[in-house]
Amino acid sequence: MKRPLFLSLLAATAMAATPGLAQEAGAAIGGTGLPADGIWIMNTLLFLMGGFLVMFMAAGFCMLEVGLVRSKNVSMQCTKNIALFSLASLGYYLIGYTLMYPGDNWMHVGYLANFNPFAQLEAVGLADGADAADYASTGSDFFFQLMFCAATASIVSGALAERIKLWPFLIFTFVLTAVIYPIQASWKWGGGFLDSEYGFLDFAGSTVVHSVGGWAALAGALLLGARAGKYRDGRVNPIPGSSMPLATLGTFILWLGWFGFNGGSQLAMGTLGDAGDVSRIFTNTNAAAAGGVLAVVLLTQVLYGKVDLTMVLNGALAGLVSITAEPLTPSIGVASLIGAVGGIIVVFAVPLLDKLRIDDVVGAIPVHLFAGIWGTMAVLLTNTDATLMGQVIPIAIVGGFTFVASFVVWLVLKITLGIRVSEEEEMMGLDAAEIGIEAYPEFGKASQY
Amino acid sequence: MKLIIAIIKPFKLEEVREALTAIGVQGMLVSEGKGFGRQSGHTEIYRGAEYAVTFVPKLKLEIVVSDALVATVVDAISTTAKTGRIGDGKIFTLDVEQAIRIRTDETGPDAL
Repeated sequence: MKRPLFLSLLAATAMAATPGLAQEAGAAIGGTGLPADGIWIMNTLLFLMGGFLVMFMAAGFCMLEVGLVRSKNVSMQCTKNIALFSLASLGYYLIGYTLMYPGDNWMHVGYLANFNPFAQLEAVGLADGADAADYASTGSDFFFQLMFCAATASIVSGALAERIKLWPFLIFTFVLTAVIYPIQASWKWGGGFLDSEYGFLDFAGSTVVHSVGGWAALAGALLLGARAGKYRDGRVNPIPGSSMPLATLGTFILWLGWFGFNGGSQLAMGTLGDAGDVSRIFTNTNAAAAGGVLAVVLLTQVLYGKVDLTMVLNGALAGLVSITAEPLTPSIGVASLIGAVGGIIVVFAVPLLDKLRIDDVVGAIPVHLFAGIWGTMAVLLTNTDATLMGQVIPIAIVGGFTFVASFVVWLVLKITLGIRVSEEEEMMGLDAAEIGIEAYPEFGKASQY
Repeated sequence: MKLIIAIIKPFKLEEVREALTAIGVQGMLVSEGKGFGRQSGHTEIYRGAEYAVTFVPKLKLEIVVSDALVATVVDAISTTAKTGRIGDGKIFTLDVEQAIRIRTDETGPDAL
């Protein structure tokens, strides 16, 4: 006799809410495990693969931003993205990596590493042995962590688009990636005080990466001001983006890259447990993105009578940011819900920023800062090692440090070089004013303002 | 010779073109534009903010014909471009002082 539908739904929800309700007890496989060399190689492999997936998120950010700005600013956005990624690569090598991972080389233990420029990899062929025999190759560690640093910088470029000067932006990026990001990241991932004193949990960086990008973007947006005409006459005037396909493509690319972002943050794949965990992380990451999308699809349909694609794209990313602090322990169902809440937050945060007259072109602040804070708090839902104060206080500390440091840098740049193009240049478009290369030279531009 | 300027709804282009070539029109220029008349636009919502889309996409056809053909052309356009709903467009006729075919230097009605 068929079960009534609602009982089946109830059972399904119960199953979804209880992680690890397996059919059989955990099966031992071979029982021997990999030799130490094998584990080291597998960990290294995880970092390398995760790393190049995260690298491709740079393409994702680029396409997303390009799609949401007007045609006359597209080349500038492309230039910013490829340049900031390269600057991050340089800055992290020069200063950032050792600032973030001092090992024992602290100036003030747990707070500030010694200045130790020029990151060094292990010798060719590992001739001098491995730096960390129980971990992975230094090259793979550097490579992987560099990508996270670059991702943080990418977040900033979207919010500040269409009216910022190129060179001050690049200078800020260098300071962010070489100094600001590594210092706060050392407090958590470098073994610093957030980790040791607060037991702060942030698996792949909802706070350390995403909210940091968001705070830096917010500081910049406040000092930069809104785009011309955005809030004219006391109204909020939409400035539609130039390419929905590119924006969507960018979002899908980010989604893909996030498997590396979260999955690689397991930091190990040489044991059964780790392999299983990376699998959970990939799955939960996907579920959260989907949850974010669906929440926004439904919510914008209800609120606005039409599904807003650009908000849906933000919803996917907000979902991904939300799960980033704890992609391992939730069940698929809970991960979906965590992502969905991220999506809901974005739908309300975007108009809120407009109300405050903070012009964020792509929704970077709602997605990375707001959802980043939510994601960091959501750790409490499924990870019993997390404590309320152990999450809240680090969020505030990282936020305070990043916002103030970024604000100071932006302010100095504003006073010295100026960070905003002239009104005429803004009308002309940054491609013409700053880059000298039109993105779509054959297309008519008569209808743009 | 007269210049006939017709503003029509974009999806009507093929129908109008077919009708015109059927009555002997040998050339025309089409440009894309936006406009409004008494058909006002509508409101959209982009990322939670409403905005008025006042301009509606239109096509402008420019056709120069000899005086004898004007009435038929205007009638053909009017009939095929009509949907009966707001925004069907307008037709204007202007005098043409001179016409020249660039390739052969012909002038006047021979240039059409």
